[in-house]
Amino acid sequence: MALDRAESLVSALVTGRDLGLQSCALCRLTVRASAASARCPRCGARLHVRKPHSIATTASLVISAALLYLPANLLPVMHTHQLFFDEDDTIMSGVMTLASSGSWPLAVLVFFASIVVPMLKLVLLGEILYAVHRGRVRHARQRSRLFRIVEFVGRWSMLDVFALSLLTTLVQVAPLAEIEPRPGALAFAAVVVLTMLAAQSFDERLLWDSAAHG
Amino acid sequence: MAETPPLDEVPRAIPDEPRRIRIPYVWILPILVVAAGIFVAIQQKLAQGTTIEISFRTADDLEPNKTTIRYKNVEIGEVAHIRVSPDRKSVVVEAHIKRSASDYLVADTRFWVVRPRVSAGNISGLGTLVSGAYIGVDVGHSAVAQRRFVGLEVPPIVTAGEPGREFVLHAEDIGSLNIGSVVLYRHIPAGQVVAYALDPGGKTVTIKVFINSPYDSFVTAKTRFWQASGIDMAVDSAGVHLRTESLASIIEGGIAFRPFGEIPAEESPADTAFRLFGDEERAQREPNTLARRFVMYFQGSLRGLSPGAPVTLRGIDIGEVKKVSIEYDSQAGELRFPVEVDLFTQRIHGHRSPPAPAEENDRTLIDSMVAHGMRAEIKSGNLLTGAKYVSVEVHKGAMREQVGWDAQPPVFPTAPGAFDEIQDSLGDIAKKLDRVPYDQLSARLLTTLTQLEALLKRTDAVMQRVNDEIAPQVQATLAQARGAMQTAREALAPDAPLQSDLGATLLELSRAAKSVQALADYLERHPEALIRGKPKDAP
Repeated sequence: MALDRAESLVSALVTGRDLGLQSCALCRLTVRASAASARCPRCGARLHVRKPHSIATTASLVISAALLYLPANLLPVMHTHQLFFDEDDTIMSGVMTLASSGSWPLAVLVFFASIVVPMLKLVLLGEILYAVHRGRVRHARQRSRLFRIVEFVGRWSMLDVFALSLLTTLVQVAPLAEIEPRPGALAFAAVVVLTMLAAQSFDERLLWDSAAHG
Repeated sequence: MAETPPLDEVPRAIPDEPRRIRIPYVWILPILVVAAGIFVAIQQKLAQGTTIEISFRTADDLEPNKTTIRYKNVEIGEVAHIRVSPDRKSVVVEAHIKRSASDYLVADTRFWVVRPRVSAGNISGLGTLVSGAYIGVDVGHSAVAQRRFVGLEVPPIVTAGEPGREFVLHAEDIGSLNIGSVVLYRHIPAGQVVAYALDPGGKTVTIKVFINSPYDSFVTAKTRFWQASGIDMAVDSAGVHLRTESLASIIEGGIAFRPFGEIPAEESPADTAFRLFGDEERAQREPNTLARRFVMYFQGSLRGLSPGAPVTLRGIDIGEVKKVSIEYDSQAGELRFPVEVDLFTQRIHGHRSPPAPAEENDRTLIDSMVAHGMRAEIKSGNLLTGAKYVSVEVHKGAMREQVGWDAQPPVFPTAPGAFDEIQDSLGDIAKKLDRVPYDQLSARLLTTLTQLEALLKRTDAVMQRVNDEIAPQVQATLAQARGAMQTAREALAPDAPLQSDLGATLLELSRAAKSVQALADYLERHPEALIRGKPKDAP
């Protein structure tokens, strides 16, 4: 019931666009724009009602990230060389190692931040994009909130990359122990960066537009 | 709440030329990702190369994704998986071989696990103590590609492409040889035993040896191979022989070879078959191509005469004892002991004899020699070991005998050996000793002894008297003598009265003598004083 009311509330709201107002993407100045193509009178930036090609850009980034998600999780991210043995670790095996060595909280954090969150982000973004593209958005508020939560947790995804870069530089005791990054780390970092970019390139207002129109 | 400014006061945007339609460059990104993915996948596939399967008996020291495969210590692949074969008899090691090395995978390529190995002859693979084992490869020459291999349990002795040649040796037994046993040429390690196998039928052994270059060029038709395993100690009629090759061959066994004969011979091609002799001496012997078998019947004991004992002529070997057996002649009812010997009659050169076919020549030669008193006899070669040999000697004045050519093998006449002669003479001595009249001798000896005893008793009585009667008197006399001696000593002592009196007397006497001298002098100068007396001194 509450959801329905919220939906109807959204569709009932009057937006700046309805009044012929626009916001400069750069300096946030609210301007009146009558022409289709115009510039901000204060900073001179090009004005757009919505981020241009937002869906296309986001979609391409999401697809790229989704493609990279596979090697990021399947390929080893880290190579450990110790005196008598060599080991390749994927993200999942790293989580396992952490869990088996007793660091449960850390294992859970890494598991969520590095495996669940990127996946959630991709699924959510993809789903929202699809909905916006189709012009039918349901539960826009919940989606928006979930999206922000995921976005917030997602920054922890870089934890793995950060830890790996630290280890690589610190553990270089040549004959005894060496840690080297492996291609998986590159793919993983790319996934994180691409999903962040995708989230940024997505114009959230499109969500409300569709909700309003739907 | 502040008053909302009218919309008119909101600044107006500056109209601008619309931008041309933008190509969505952003779609390049997923394409790039897919392209990169495909590129990486292809590269991986290429790097992975060929997958092969090698079966080993165990997976000792092998680890997936860690154990490498190396050719000449260059990594050419890695073990990917290890699993037990379906029949559970071996393990199957799945390995990825790099593309660059995929043409190494031919039918006769060999794989083995390199791990530390210590044997008497050498120590290998010590590096793997630290680095872990790896799979070594020896690339074959075959052109047939293969993907499934059976790994060797022991590293191959000779890797393909090593300069040298392989030869085949036939032996009666393997001795202490093993794969890897050293082959020595004049005590220089020149090769190794590569393989051995029991021949079908199980009576002989075929041994394959690899002789490294340049020693392989010394393997000629004249070359003899012999077992140089361990310490070769022979105790025979010629004494004790002790022969050894290198220390490694003592422990691990080995083969030695050397060409015999002075004439240089052609190099033997690879895989030529040779005979492996039991020891150097046997290898050195001339090939006794024409051996004639004879049988000899000896009279005395055959103890110490064993097959292999030499038959000599004036100390030169002309044959070998082959068999000593027992035969029972049921008609005559007696035991006979045939000694079968091989005589190398060709060693005896006929002088002043017409050339004839070898067979005929031998026969006439032996007949002639036997006619001149040639007989075989058993001689003791070594008193310490009791080993005996057969000596063929000319006995002048021996009974006329002939070679029994009719028998098969022909019977060679014998003479009683020196030992038999000694036995005979010993028997003679015994007989003579037998004839000695021991009874009479002993009776006479008894009477003599009785007399001797009586004599001794008498002597004893005399001694008794001496003891009882004469001894005390002697003692008394001795005491008196001692008293006399004492008196004499006292008289002669420096402080004795006699001594001092004598001194005084002598002094007086000397004075008197002086006076007499003075008188005499005076009288000489004044003889008249005798008559007139001494004139008074003038005042």
